[in-house]
Amino acid sequence: MNTTTRLALAPWIATAALLLLWEVGCRVFAVEEFLLPTPSAALAALAQYAEAIWHNAIFTLWVTLLGFALAVVFGLVLGVATGASRLAYAALYPMLIGFNSIPKVAIVPILVIWFGIGAVPAVLTAFLISFFPIVVNVATGIATLEPELEDVLRSLGARRSDILLKVGLPRAMPYFFASLKVAITLAFVGSVISETIAGNRGIGYLMLQASSSFRVPLVFAGLIVVAVMGIGMYALFAWVERRMTGWAFRGQTPIV
Amino acid sequence: MPLIEAERVALRYGGPAGTLALEDFSLTVEPGEFTALVGPSGCGKSSFLKIVAGLHPISAGIARLHGVPIDGPQHGIGMAFQNATLLPWRTTLENVLLPLEVSRDHRATFRRKRREHEARAMALLRTVGLAEFRDHAPYQLSGGMQQRANLCRALVHEPEILLLDEPFAALDAFTREELWGVLQDLWLERRFTVVLVTHDLREAVFLADRIHVVSQRPGRIVKSRVVDLPRPRTLATTFEPAFVDIVHELRDEISRVRRA
Repeated sequence: MNTTTRLALAPWIATAALLLLWEVGCRVFAVEEFLLPTPSAALAALAQYAEAIWHNAIFTLWVTLLGFALAVVFGLVLGVATGASRLAYAALYPMLIGFNSIPKVAIVPILVIWFGIGAVPAVLTAFLISFFPIVVNVATGIATLEPELEDVLRSLGARRSDILLKVGLPRAMPYFFASLKVAITLAFVGSVISETIAGNRGIGYLMLQASSSFRVPLVFAGLIVVAVMGIGMYALFAWVERRMTGWAFRGQTPIV
Repeated sequence: MPLIEAERVALRYGGPAGTLALEDFSLTVEPGEFTALVGPSGCGKSSFLKIVAGLHPISAGIARLHGVPIDGPQHGIGMAFQNATLLPWRTTLENVLLPLEVSRDHRATFRRKRREHEARAMALLRTVGLAEFRDHAPYQLSGGMQQRANLCRALVHEPEILLLDEPFAALDAFTREELWGVLQDLWLERRFTVVLVTHDLREAVFLADRIHVVSQRPGRIVKSRVVDLPRPRTLATTFEPAFVDIVHELRDEISRVRRA
């Protein structure tokens, strides 16, 4: 088996090994199902409630993507502002860090007071939890422009907007796409948290209902679905990243 | 009239109590002249380039270009540094075209004159031997080739003045000497005015018409030396006694400056 195949198989084998360990552990130590169900029980619950899980998962996916889309727009704007202007950076950065330090669980009740139970708090929680890495990365990409290059351009009488457009933004793109991968997984955390606290639909709501009636295998089925959606979205944005900013991944070895 | 004039220029970084980079710095550069500034590191050589480019205001004295005091970014200046800073998402040709896209003098007409500009860029790339690499990405070029492209980028808008800050310092000795020849060819062909900052005395003597030795910080000029070796100079020139004598003379002066 060559290295490429081994690398391609590695994640599947590692995941299967974890599930196997979990299954065997549960059976050997005879763990009660309402404490920790076996993965096979979780998968059985997944099959049994497939339709309900499907509807709720799709709902959660939409909510997450909506919050994520808001985060991308907001993160880009704020990232460009704080990366391009030292004044904006000085003014906004402490606030951003403070804001990011607030546990989002604490914000959900406030959102519920404002917007009621349902999709809106979930979208907003997904947005609030995922915009920060985008802001930081875009700002870093723009602010770390080489000073020599900036001198070259300024000596030509280039406008700041031109420098930003022709150099700063393209330069920040690898940082931006890298942050999307992190942000999308965080967005899932946000939407599921909100659904668990104050939802009336979605995978988080389903898990809450299941745990309150001690259908623990169904709770774990929900967790697995969230994890799989997270991995799927991560893979999608990793692919987009490579497509959009392949130049940043190419080796540094010269061909001549 | 000299093209660049500095009269008793002082430059202080970071407010009235900051570091004094240059003091009592006087220098003139004639049109078409190849000038080199040599001196110990941190002596303010590079600061002088920033003054000429209009990137840094002076603290005292007068700096003029064409007899007019410098008060901001100037027309007709090209710059290149030790780090080639080519944009990795652009091809070699697109990198060379960048100054025309953003410069005050060309951006308005860039699209309309694209063909003409490309021809100009290609002529430069041909002179430095990079014509066939026009569509290569920077990562596909060696360090020396990236620095050639950097020179083309600094010259594509046909500046009157080329400011070079240790452009070859990061290259290996063979590539560096090769690029001395490339730069000399470009200069002999186009006769722009050059101010080269370097700590390589052989490089200064190989390339320059006139060499100024700058003192320890705060920098001022302590010695000027005309290099009257015939052109084009070749690597063989660097082994001739006349060449070696000038290098020694400058080295002695630098040692004296560093001890002072």
